[in-house]
Amino acid sequence: MKLKQIIRHTTVAASLAVALCVGAGAAHAADGKTFRWAYQGDMMSLDPMSLNETFTLGLQGWFYETLAAYDKDLKLVPQLATSWENPEPTKWVFHLRKGVTFHDGTPFTADDVIFSWKRSLTEGSDMKGYGAKATDIKKVDDHTIEVTTPEPNPILPRDWTFLYIMSKSWAEKNNTTEAANVKGGDNNYSTMHENGTGPFMVADRQPDVKTTLKRYDGYWNKDIATNVTDVVFQPITQESTRVAALISGEMDLVMPVPVQDWPRLESEPNVQVLNEPEARAIFIGMDQDRDELLFSSVKGKNPFKDKRVREAIDLTVDTRTINQKIMRGAAKPLGTLIADKINGYDESFGKPYDTDVAKAKKLLADAGYPDGFTVQLDCPNDRYVNDEKVCQAVASMLARIGIKIDLLAQTKSKYFAKVLLQAGNNTSMYLLGWTPSSIDAANSLTNLVGCRDSKTASGQFNLGGYCNKEIDALIAKIGVETDQAARNKMIKEAFTILRNDYGYLPLHQQPMSWGVRKGIKVAQRADDVLDIRNVVMP
Amino acid sequence: MIGFISRRLVQSVFVMLAVGLIAFGMFRYVGDPINNMVGQDTTLEQRAALRKQLGLDDPFIVQYARFMGNAAQGDFGVSYRQRRPVSELIQSRMPATLELSFISALMALCLGIPMGIYTALRRNGVLSRAFMTISLIGISLPTFLIGILMILFFGVMLRWLPSFGRGEVVQLGWWSTGLLTRSGWQSLIMPAFTLALFQMTLIMRLVRAEMLEVLQTDFIKFARARGLTERMINFRHALKNTLVPVITITGLQLGAIIAFSIITETVFQWPGMGLLFIQSIGSVDIPVMAAYLLLIAFFFVIINLIVDLLYFVVDPRLRIQKT
Repeated sequence: MKLKQIIRHTTVAASLAVALCVGAGAAHAADGKTFRWAYQGDMMSLDPMSLNETFTLGLQGWFYETLAAYDKDLKLVPQLATSWENPEPTKWVFHLRKGVTFHDGTPFTADDVIFSWKRSLTEGSDMKGYGAKATDIKKVDDHTIEVTTPEPNPILPRDWTFLYIMSKSWAEKNNTTEAANVKGGDNNYSTMHENGTGPFMVADRQPDVKTTLKRYDGYWNKDIATNVTDVVFQPITQESTRVAALISGEMDLVMPVPVQDWPRLESEPNVQVLNEPEARAIFIGMDQDRDELLFSSVKGKNPFKDKRVREAIDLTVDTRTINQKIMRGAAKPLGTLIADKINGYDESFGKPYDTDVAKAKKLLADAGYPDGFTVQLDCPNDRYVNDEKVCQAVASMLARIGIKIDLLAQTKSKYFAKVLLQAGNNTSMYLLGWTPSSIDAANSLTNLVGCRDSKTASGQFNLGGYCNKEIDALIAKIGVETDQAARNKMIKEAFTILRNDYGYLPLHQQPMSWGVRKGIKVAQRADDVLDIRNVVMP
Repeated sequence: MIGFISRRLVQSVFVMLAVGLIAFGMFRYVGDPINNMVGQDTTLEQRAALRKQLGLDDPFIVQYARFMGNAAQGDFGVSYRQRRPVSELIQSRMPATLELSFISALMALCLGIPMGIYTALRRNGVLSRAFMTISLIGISLPTFLIGILMILFFGVMLRWLPSFGRGEVVQLGWWSTGLLTRSGWQSLIMPAFTLALFQMTLIMRLVRAEMLEVLQTDFIKFARARGLTERMINFRHALKNTLVPVITITGLQLGAIIAFSIITETVFQWPGMGLLFIQSIGSVDIPVMAAYLLLIAFFFVIINLIVDLLYFVVDPRLRIQKT
């Protein structure tokens, strides 16, 4: 008898399930202005000062705003400031926009800017570096501020494109005047709540699960292109699930899409792949600092200190072939460490090296390695687009001149724990990617090319310890030169020296990879940020 | 009885201490959490300061002792990744995992037992052969592949079921349930089935084997000789005697379901503890990983305890021995 009941119940449940299934397809599509999208992870927090990471900041930019921001072509445009000027080398004056209100209705004034700057310097903040760009901010009137910088700073508005402005009164009321700290404490209201000036407000936040946003009717800029009224954002970790959600119509946009899925998506009638080159440059660095490489067959000396060896490597690795074979032609081969969208880029030093294997062999023989040598290459396998495959391709190309690569590809947490300076810098050769957060070449020069100096934070990601006094002198001058033309000339000079010195093995700008439903217009910004202001639904 | 339970609970404390020790011993090999916690513009000095602040420079045994000491007072720390208390995080993710595990266990039982009985009684039937073939697939195919195939078929091609997530949830106090909404049930079907498939085939094969054995025993022959109906023999006498080992295995497997749900949750983006654990590994979120492992250890201990207690209930012989 019992069994009969069980069976009956199972049947009822099963038929119920089938009945439920039938309506599933029609669940959406009623409201055409709801934009649903997925990324591989969630933004870390709603607190705009807790993590300086592109995706988190990009999404926060839908509800928080800054003085100056990037438009869809990564051009600097006014946002909460209407204009700015640099009257003296160490002074910047910003004229703030009038008639802007925060989501709680309070007006935006100079006090909020000063408050946000101070908040960026609190202990839990990851934006201290941006806060340190000013030593003082004076309020001239409610809508004018005067910023004093510690040294002449030609690009302060650029430096602050991700220093979001929070409401002073709101933060004080909710006891969140300091950035959320990982050590805990009570001031974490801002990790789950926002009060910005942006076009959207967070309606509901379930970290890692779902975030719902709705349009803020009081938004100051009535000219933004978007017609979206509601946004549903959900992280989807698994690549195949993310792609499936796009094809099945559950998602309007997913990012990133694995490169190997492009043909599959192109064969679908309702979706398309956007794969413009990103502002991130991918390159391989070589340890030129130690007297003996940590992971190599060469003992007693360091082959990478010899310019001829570096030149041989740069002449052997054919970045155009890597682009065709591994990136499906969507990357942009590079001969330098900055992408073409970065302020200061010039084709004269940015074009890839011309491959010449015969010459490379000769150079290597002249340097004393006619039979090549063995060296370990560190590579992440889940950080950049097809990172491990790129490393494998480089390894097989270098084999042509006898350099045998012992490839160590591992997950990014382990990779970075091996190669970064703070973790011991245990590498002889490594693949790294870099987007200057200011979209300006000086940041790349300082971090990647400047001689390592723990006091000035120069060369912090110069993991190979490349050091050239000539370039260092130029970097120092670029940092304080407020004449933009003269500045760009020096940037060009510095990168040309680096190119002729074969300091790095530059590879390419990797392609971004977004899958989007046809009919939706989006701007694929080169820093891989999706800005809701440019999303237009059919 | 009370002595037995309290002895087991004390044992569970030791199990958890051991699990914690092993976990902290291995965290050193997962990677460096600092790089995931700060942006690229953070200076080396600030990174070093943060590392010191979090006590990551200390030997693992010190980190372990500190974590356990705080945990004993109910403080599991703050997630490195989300900057929220770990207890709050786990609490918000637990209902999803428990609902998924419970429904799949139910699914496995409700399908596995009848299929087992059927294949035992009609050994050579066409349907029996089909069940046995399906069970072979269920045992041999990896969970993530089954999940992806189901998404492809029901989510992408037929578009009957949502391919990811948990649908709309209803908040009952701190417990979020997807069992009260239509989209919640729709979202539950595929992950629950994926998770249930292995257990279902296991139960089916177990019931079949036990049943075949019991049907050979003398008391079944006597029952036949007495002229009882087939139905009476099969379900009243034979089935009842097969269920004892089935309960044991099912109980133990419930722990496995909760732990195995990591893969299913990842494939279906099911917002439970397993997915939280995977995401935490990716960003080396040590407090969350440690708390999760302790919790799973605790679940296993508790489930074992319940299974042991069920023996007393189900098997009269144990009760006699005890007295």
